[in-house]
Amino acid sequence: MKANPKHVLTGVYYIDGDVASGYGAMAAGCRFIAGYPITPSTEAFEAFCRWGPQVGAMFIQMEDELGSISAVVGAVWSGIKSMTITSGPGYSLMMETIGYGAMLETPFVLLNIQRGGPSTGVPTKTGQADMMQSRWGSHGDYELIAFAPESPQEMFDYTIRAFNLAEKYRCPVMIMSDECVGHMTEKVVIPEADKIDIEPRRFYTGPPEQYLPFKPDPDLVPKMAKAGDGFKLYITGLLHDEKGHPVSNEEYSMKYVKRLVDKIRLNKDKIIELKEENTEDADIVVVSYGISSRVAVKGVEIARQRGIKVGALRLVTVWPFPDEKIAELAKKTKAFVVPEINYGQVVFDVARCVHGQSNIVLVPHGGAGVHNPADIADAIEYAAKTDKQIEGVVEFKTRLEKLVFEGGFKLKE
Amino acid sequence: MEEPTKAIKEIHPDPSATSGVHPMENLLRMERMPHIWCPTCGIGLAVTAFTAALTKANIDTNKMSIVSGIGCTGRVAGYVKLDSFHTTHGRPIAFGTGIRVANPGIKVVVFSGDGDLIAIGGNHFIHAARRNIDMLVICVNNFIYAMTGGQVAPTTPLAAYATTSPYGCVEPPFNIPYIADSAGAVYVARWTTLHVRRLTNSITEALQKTGFSVVEVISPCGMYYSRINRLGDGLDMMRFYHDNVEIRNGEDTKNLDIGFQTKIICGKFVDRERPSYMERYNQWLSEVKGARGEG
Repeated sequence: MKANPKHVLTGVYYIDGDVASGYGAMAAGCRFIAGYPITPSTEAFEAFCRWGPQVGAMFIQMEDELGSISAVVGAVWSGIKSMTITSGPGYSLMMETIGYGAMLETPFVLLNIQRGGPSTGVPTKTGQADMMQSRWGSHGDYELIAFAPESPQEMFDYTIRAFNLAEKYRCPVMIMSDECVGHMTEKVVIPEADKIDIEPRRFYTGPPEQYLPFKPDPDLVPKMAKAGDGFKLYITGLLHDEKGHPVSNEEYSMKYVKRLVDKIRLNKDKIIELKEENTEDADIVVVSYGISSRVAVKGVEIARQRGIKVGALRLVTVWPFPDEKIAELAKKTKAFVVPEINYGQVVFDVARCVHGQSNIVLVPHGGAGVHNPADIADAIEYAAKTDKQIEGVVEFKTRLEKLVFEGGFKLKE
Repeated sequence: MEEPTKAIKEIHPDPSATSGVHPMENLLRMERMPHIWCPTCGIGLAVTAFTAALTKANIDTNKMSIVSGIGCTGRVAGYVKLDSFHTTHGRPIAFGTGIRVANPGIKVVVFSGDGDLIAIGGNHFIHAARRNIDMLVICVNNFIYAMTGGQVAPTTPLAAYATTSPYGCVEPPFNIPYIADSAGAVYVARWTTLHVRRLTNSITEALQKTGFSVVEVISPCGMYYSRINRLGDGLDMMRFYHDNVEIRNGEDTKNLDIGFQTKIICGKFVDRERPSYMERYNQWLSEVKGARGEG
């Protein structure tokens, strides 16, 4: 199915990542956004509020993030595509209902423009420290999909892709962007509607009395119905059988939870998107995502000038994680260098897949800023020169850390 | 199925009541029976009044969604044969807002308890009233958190006992009709589960309203509230309602506080017109589009 031309603002724009994501949502067929203002995500919500009604979409500013995400799940069950937009503190508030969405196999998209944390942190500056929260944040066991775009163009493109995957696998999809990408203004090309693929909702079309809302198709994803069509749906966050009725036995819990997990895990080859560059004969591979991958480009360039054979693997989807790809690279790579704006999150998943075959160097950052590319280059050089096998993850000491922890750092008055 | 008893026949003069078919069968999920509510609990009576009102109001049940939160009353959605949503704790009003706004063809009923709607979900309650979202809220108030075993609630009367107010409740309770009224609800009523007929009439009336309507249902909790406060069994509670309820339609909602075993004022307090959220939204939209020539 192609996008509806009425929903697509075809043209060439100079806009920031937040706005691009708002336009992407409209193009993807999103008809409803419920949000709550939070820096640095507001521009995306504002863009949708400004232009959405012009293409027949609705928005509501709810009283809090708990309300926003609940309204989004409600809207999806009344038959439309829906999204919410937030940042750190709001993301934490939404966790319970993200799990509810996963349990009910509700397709929706959540845009998280990450900022410095923890807590209120640094609202106006960047961070990448919600990555594990996006994977494990809500209680209980489930799988979902998370993207990490690196440019306004990707914010547009992957917002559409997020909606498509949400519908295809009936699960919440996270766009784990960050303040830098959200506020980065660049050229964004919005193509003609007939160039944009849209995944329609898998609506059940048989007789209502035979409908089983949680009976999966062979790809483990059930068909959906919506309120108001006479199905007399019974939708509950309790563990439920194929009819949707609550059950509480151990055997069924195993069956249901395994399916929630497997529908993503067994389809992950179709979901995972990676960008790989010069990894074939590389000694060192830089694994990165989001804004850090943008910064890493320069770091890799500097390292190459220093004569090091270095490749790059960019995680466009961070979850599900590309276990096999990392394991395969680990067989021929001396070391992995992972820059991320935290003190180690995705790097530990890299370590899990490398399984001690290569060294792993984390280039950490405490948030409120991005890496200095020279630090990434130095970390690459350090990894290239280190011949002994080091267990676990090596935390590389960056210039900023030396400044902060070894003197010379003064807080500006 | 057993022959309906004489009492049921009297309550439901519906001819189907004598045919061996449960009179509410078309509106309940009979395969889910027996329900989880304790003997002498009032929630079943509230559900009876609700289903009777649906029949009376001649509602298209295909176009109605019932949304509950968590708790004893939270289970109502799962027993009523409508599009039923059992949501997270405190969020049924926000969830219902999403349903209603995204599909204005659907009538939304939120059926939940005092803890769910007034404590953890209190913010959504006042804001939905302020927006005047087209939605009927039936709030069963049993003065306690019953599902979790009898903890103090924001509706527990002063000095009443609960497991987490073992020396008597020290916090003044919320007066639900007053909150609803001040936040902008267009219809506000309160009845006890003794007043099944009046409750049914109120729900029927509220179902016809466009806007945020609230019906509070004072309900006995024989298992926790009555037991810990030594108020006798369910029948004693009904007798208490009989002797201590004063019906004052149109009473100013600020006079509706409920003390421990004091008089309970019931009635219809608010019935007014205000533009609903969707009416305002659509009007605004058509004005904007008209101004821009996008008709």
